Amino acid sequence: MSTILVGFTPDEFGRAAVRHAAAEARHRGYRLLIVNGSKGDAYVDRRFAAPEVLAHVGDGLNGVEHEVRQVVVADVAEELLRIAVAEQVRLVVLGLRRRTPVGKLLMGSVAQRVILEAMCPVLAVKPDTEPV
Amino acid sequence: MDNLSLLWGGLESAVTPENLLWAALGVLLGTFVGVLPGIGPAMAVALLLPVTYGLEPTQAFIMFAGIYYGGMYGGSTTSILLNTPGESSSVMTAIEGNKMAKAGRAAQALATAAIGSFIAGTVGTLGVVFFAPALADVAVRIGAPSYLAITIMALVLVTAVLGTSRLRGFIALFLGLTIGLVGLDLNTGQPRLSFGTTQLADRLDIVVVAVGIFALGEALWVAAHLRRTPMQITPVGQPFMGKDDWRRSVGPWLRGTALGFPFGAVPAGGAETPTFLSYLAEKKLSKHPEEFGRGAIEGVAGPEAANNASAAGTFVPLLALGLPVTATATIMLAALQGYGIQPGPQLMTEQPDLVWTLLASLLIGNTLLLVLNLPLAPLWARLLRVPRPYLYSGILFFASLGAYTVNLDAFDLFLLLVFGLLGLAMRRFGLPVLPLVLGVILGPILESKAREALAISGGSASGLVDEPLAVAVYTVVALLLLVPFVVARLRPARPRTDGGATPETGKRTDDGELVER
Repeated sequence: MSTILVGFTPDEFGRAAVRHAAAEARHRGYRLLIVNGSKGDAYVDRRFAAPEVLAHVGDGLNGVEHEVRQVVVADVAEELLRIAVAEQVRLVVLGLRRRTPVGKLLMGSVAQRVILEAMCPVLAVKPDTEPV
Repeated sequence: MDNLSLLWGGLESAVTPENLLWAALGVLLGTFVGVLPGIGPAMAVALLLPVTYGLEPTQAFIMFAGIYYGGMYGGSTTSILLNTPGESSSVMTAIEGNKMAKAGRAAQALATAAIGSFIAGTVGTLGVVFFAPALADVAVRIGAPSYLAITIMALVLVTAVLGTSRLRGFIALFLGLTIGLVGLDLNTGQPRLSFGTTQLADRLDIVVVAVGIFALGEALWVAAHLRRTPMQITPVGQPFMGKDDWRRSVGPWLRGTALGFPFGAVPAGGAETPTFLSYLAEKKLSKHPEEFGRGAIEGVAGPEAANNASAAGTFVPLLALGLPVTATATIMLAALQGYGIQPGPQLMTEQPDLVWTLLASLLIGNTLLLVLNLPLAPLWARLLRVPRPYLYSGILFFASLGAYTVNLDAFDLFLLLVFGLLGLAMRRFGLPVLPLVLGVILGPILESKAREALAISGGSASGLVDEPLAVAVYTVVALLLLVPFVVARLRPARPRTDGGATPETGKRTDDGELVER
């Protein structure tokens, strides 16, 4: 069965990504691979999902087959790209956040790197939008 | 009430706008470093030592006092919100505090910790006002042999009683004593352990040693373990307490203060033991024992007060005897020496202005801590989101800058690296840092007192034990060293009846050791 990769963060961006990815998966009969990652270089990372959040991430999926992974790696974008190749992913779904130019300069952007470097199609979704 | 009028005089000279600014800066810096696990107040004071050379001693000490108390407070914030004690004395706070935070009572836990710290710090500082001069009066009359004995006792107690492993403690202590030997022998002018270099013959600068061990060692250690699974922080709003929380906190605050102060005031203090005892006491006395283990406010209020009261108590031996018992107090002693002020029993009579201003500034710092930090708690929690590489590159920058400015000599940067690697190795092999730093600072004092005692007796070893006080102190030291061995010998013969308390103690110090590293 083919796989859709979702870059998940425990916020409205990640939830939007899961919603859209679930709609695609249902439509095409694919399964979901939901990945949450952190660089693990700060004591606290808001984008690193708590265990209880991860446990319920598939609750609204209505029977779409899914797997959840959490990774601590040097470069989250690199890891997403690696998984995309290793799992022969057909589509990557990401929630896009608005970045200030200074913010981009300082912190880099996982989404930007995945969009530019992934070999498969990437679906970039905005928060507060519903799949049609 | 002579002491109080002296303290009032100290307050008058401490409360100038400029001094208040330094106190506020110290409190903010101290909380900053206290919040971050691994960066303690000792490292902050060490990093700031070179900066303060341009200041008046009084202002420098006002700032250090702020850092000291601020670091204590910051540690409790991290313990409560993250369940990661920033320093070994916050281990007990973490137990109940984090449970409270998980149950949605983070605001109350932070508030009881802050107000308890304030009360304990204030009462403790007043305790120093009354006890330190009295002790100093006695201490000026004791001779070199007794002073030597008391110094040895402080070293042995800190090394053997506070850590988990005596062997590791003594390795660290002797490393420190050896480092303290480097340089010209003050009596004969012979260079020791200088390997023919003029820079080493000039004696090692304590700034370089302390910054290397604390800052560089920690930075290298963190770099070696950079990626760790991030922890879950409990969101927090404005700290506050309800009526019921106040009622349940007052008793633990006062009992914790009473427990903590004496432990800080004896030359082998440390906050681990009193915080642990306070926790046990509150658990026994509580009307809600079923809440312990699930977030009892008494379990936060008591240990937090004990922690700060003991921090205040450590100023008694520091000011009255020149004996530091915590890493931060050790660095503060080094700072005193940097100003050419010889700490010891004479300090109170020779530099009364400095001492009383320092004590007054402790009170001011404590009040500022409460005023500034209660509203700032959410901001401090955000600090934990800063990626470690940014934090530690900043620390490395200040460490190198500080080491270089001491003598404007690139050789010091080389030494800094050497001590940084030593600090890394100590963390790797679990050697405690405190005995080493204490050895570096107290080693030369120990040596000069021993020489003095021997010179008086004409070189005869009996000169070391010809005072009754010295003999009594040596007996205490011997007992403290021997009793645990004897107990360990006797224990296996009996069935383990007291198994309940022992493993808990062991676990606690394990955690403490982890944090210390």
